[in-house]
Amino acid sequence: MQKSGLSAFLARRGQALSRIWQQYGGLDLFRNIGERTLNTVSRLGRATLFLYETVVGMTYLVPRFSLVVQQVFNVGVLTLLIILVSGLFVGMVLALQGYNTLVTFGAEESLGLVVALTLLRELGPVVTALLFAGRAGSALTAEIGLMKATEQLAGMEMMAVNPIKRVIAPRFLAGVIAMPLLATMFSAVGVFGGHLIGVGLVGLDSGSYWSQMQSGVDFYDDILNGLMKSVVFGFTVSWIAVFEGYDAVPTSEGVSRATNHTVVYSSLAVLALDFILTSLTLGEV
Amino acid sequence: MQQKRIFELWVGIFVASGLAALAVLAFKVGDIGSTEVSQPYVLKARFANVGGLKVKAPVTMAGVRIGRVSGIQFDSERYQALVTFSVDGRYKNIPEDASASILTSGLLGEQYIGIEPGGSEAYLKDGDVIQLTQSALVLENLIGQVMVKLTEGSSNGKDK
Repeated sequence: MQKSGLSAFLARRGQALSRIWQQYGGLDLFRNIGERTLNTVSRLGRATLFLYETVVGMTYLVPRFSLVVQQVFNVGVLTLLIILVSGLFVGMVLALQGYNTLVTFGAEESLGLVVALTLLRELGPVVTALLFAGRAGSALTAEIGLMKATEQLAGMEMMAVNPIKRVIAPRFLAGVIAMPLLATMFSAVGVFGGHLIGVGLVGLDSGSYWSQMQSGVDFYDDILNGLMKSVVFGFTVSWIAVFEGYDAVPTSEGVSRATNHTVVYSSLAVLALDFILTSLTLGEV
Repeated sequence: MQQKRIFELWVGIFVASGLAALAVLAFKVGDIGSTEVSQPYVLKARFANVGGLKVKAPVTMAGVRIGRVSGIQFDSERYQALVTFSVDGRYKNIPEDASASILTSGLLGEQYIGIEPGGSEAYLKDGDVIQLTQSALVLENLIGQVMVKLTEGSSNGKDK
């Protein structure tokens, strides 16, 4: 059937347009966005269900506490050295930097207070959490991911052992236990590192270093607050680490990507949570 | 079995040193022992101006810390500040005619309450109000007074 004039022209234009539309993917852009959103949401949902199962699965550990002890060794004791050394250096750097700033105001006597408050409120929990994510979190993810890739987790299920209870729960709990202890040690070592520089190198009076610190640091507002932060960070980092391992694509590439995700996501989560927690606690004052 | 015992030993050392670090922070850094006032009783005082006084500021007598400020409110009937502070129960014999003043430690240091004893035989009890008070020195007012003095001095000099 022959079309005449205008309608034939429009039909040709229309075909050309639809060819271009298909060539450039049409609505693919929006489809991609939709797919990614659905993936993210379902991943978050899986992570939450996974956390629920892990926490419920902790009852399994009550008669088998040695599983947790083993993991506290892996997660905590093996991380101890890097935490102590970093704490010492962070405290020393804080003392040097703080002294240089404070001396211009003639307030170098407050050096102890500055070092202690910075460590207890911020640097102790945050730096420990970042190091913990790099040292312990990545190891957890790689271990669990490899267990999945080599089908050890599936093997456990075949033997009627729930891998979430047997493998995941002790590692998660160990992370939550170890993190506040590590952060406390970081702060304590940092304060002594500051003392080393402030009193040993710069020549402040040891008495004023401690007394200014003691008059300015509050047990509840500063020490317990920092401890609370480190518990939250430990929870977050351990959760991300075990979930990334458990949810990893079971190939060597998938495990390496999951390990990478653990470090990136936990660092971001720690820094963002730190801002939220700080603004909540300082908002009360 | 031997392996397991070594793990347990290390974890025990780890947890113990974590708790020890917390104790160091609490007692050496935070000085939890001396910030607590034992068996406190409450005294009050009204000030025309509290300046930069803050809650938890020390309350001293003869320079020795005997308590701390527990609350600062505005008394809207008298247009004054009502400062509540708790004093250690060991120091029960503060005379009734004691005076409280807001002082500054150092030139720009923190402000605290200093209590001067009076001569009365009767002692302040829990909840009593100290009658004699002296407000904080506000630097702007002080400078204003000095300026007035200076201008008066120069005008007097011209008259003579």
